[in-house]
Amino acid sequence: MTDLDLSFTLNGKPVRLHVRPDARLLDVLRYDCGCTGTKEGCGEGECGACTVLLDGLPVNSCLVPAFQVAGRSVETVEAVAPEVTGPLNRTGTAQCGACSPGIVVMTRWLREHPEVLQDATLRQFMSGNLCRCTGYDSVISGVASVLDPKETAGGEGTSA
Amino acid sequence: MKVLQPDNLAEALRLLVEPDGTPVPIAGGTDLCVHWPARDLDNTRFLDLSRVAGLSRLTLTHNALEIGARTTYWDLICAADAAKAFPLLAQAARLVGAIQIQTRGTWAGNIANGSPAADGVLAMMVYGASVVLQSVRETREVPLDEFFTGYKQSVRRPDELIVAIRVPRRAYTFEWLAKVGARRAQAISKVGVAMTRSENGWRVAANSVAPHVCRCRTLEAALNAGRTFTSPQEVRSLLSADVAAITDLRSTAEYRERVLSRLIFYRLAELDKPSGHV
Repeated sequence: MTDLDLSFTLNGKPVRLHVRPDARLLDVLRYDCGCTGTKEGCGEGECGACTVLLDGLPVNSCLVPAFQVAGRSVETVEAVAPEVTGPLNRTGTAQCGACSPGIVVMTRWLREHPEVLQDATLRQFMSGNLCRCTGYDSVISGVASVLDPKETAGGEGTSA
Repeated sequence: MKVLQPDNLAEALRLLVEPDGTPVPIAGGTDLCVHWPARDLDNTRFLDLSRVAGLSRLTLTHNALEIGARTTYWDLICAADAAKAFPLLAQAARLVGAIQIQTRGTWAGNIANGSPAADGVLAMMVYGASVVLQSVRETREVPLDEFFTGYKQSVRRPDELIVAIRVPRRAYTFEWLAKVGARRAQAISKVGVAMTRSENGWRVAANSVAPHVCRCRTLEAALNAGRTFTSPQEVRSLLSADVAAITDLRSTAEYRERVLSRLIFYRLAELDKPSGHV
């Protein structure tokens, strides 16, 4: 296996690396770029802990081969602004913290794309971010408080 | 492991007939990357479709919806006209997995992967979709309900690529899809069913109850003949000719066939109520 010559934009800055041809985006971020905020949970696209934005859309970085990332833009939890993470710290959204990076990235994306919530609920959009601590209500109320700081965040109706 | 990265379709098709052996086409990777660490490290060859121009289209005309080889579930959800014209496609797109899967998973990949539990295939099948296969030699179009020949087996030849999916536009008086999984999101179907009714008659498809997603033609014929049902058991008797559920890690054969027949029976029963006209 010869190395893969990989150039892409990471959190707004160009990076150029030589990585294993079979590397996943998750591996490249953690081991080659030192962006260890992105966590590996299940490694098979179920849990959402490794969620990053690829060309502005949320993806599980464990399911993205690095060779598909060349020339594209990747944004990780490291690039998320404090106004997103601050409220999450006050709402009990994080307990053990393993799922938090993915939830933070999803919160940022939903904050920048409120239009997507016209056709599906917040719970539906957060259904790919598993949390084994909170029972989800504090995740949903935390994300809701970021999206609409005025609203006293309560859980939504249907469960996912 | 070797990756081939063509930037145009002609080159991609040529690479499928290279003497070194047939590479595995990869688009969104939501199926292939699940077992990524366990693959054959040295001998696997991938044909990466991510750089091939022109494969992400979603074209709605008066007659049909054309879905490109790399068009994702999220692409369809965001295309308001297409989602409105084919509500079961939009519903399946949201049910197939969470947003992180919707943005990467492709309709063509859902077909090519050949899983008996494919939710996208279920919706496309009751809309009478066909699969456009292209090779260096020819282009042919195969009805989706004739595409699969067994578990993860299909009529696609190794030198062929799914380049598009064509879904004809018809006037439907009934469109319904239901999925039962361990939870309502991000779960693989234990059993799924979709039904449509147009001037061409009923179409019923089910997933996770046979080696591949299948049409339930015996039930369709009965419905087309005007048959009504007084119990789920009557539906199940007919379905036994159409499905062959198995017991595996996700569910049992008994559960699958029982739930499938009850889903269908109770949905049809709603139609007989005064407000539930078809």
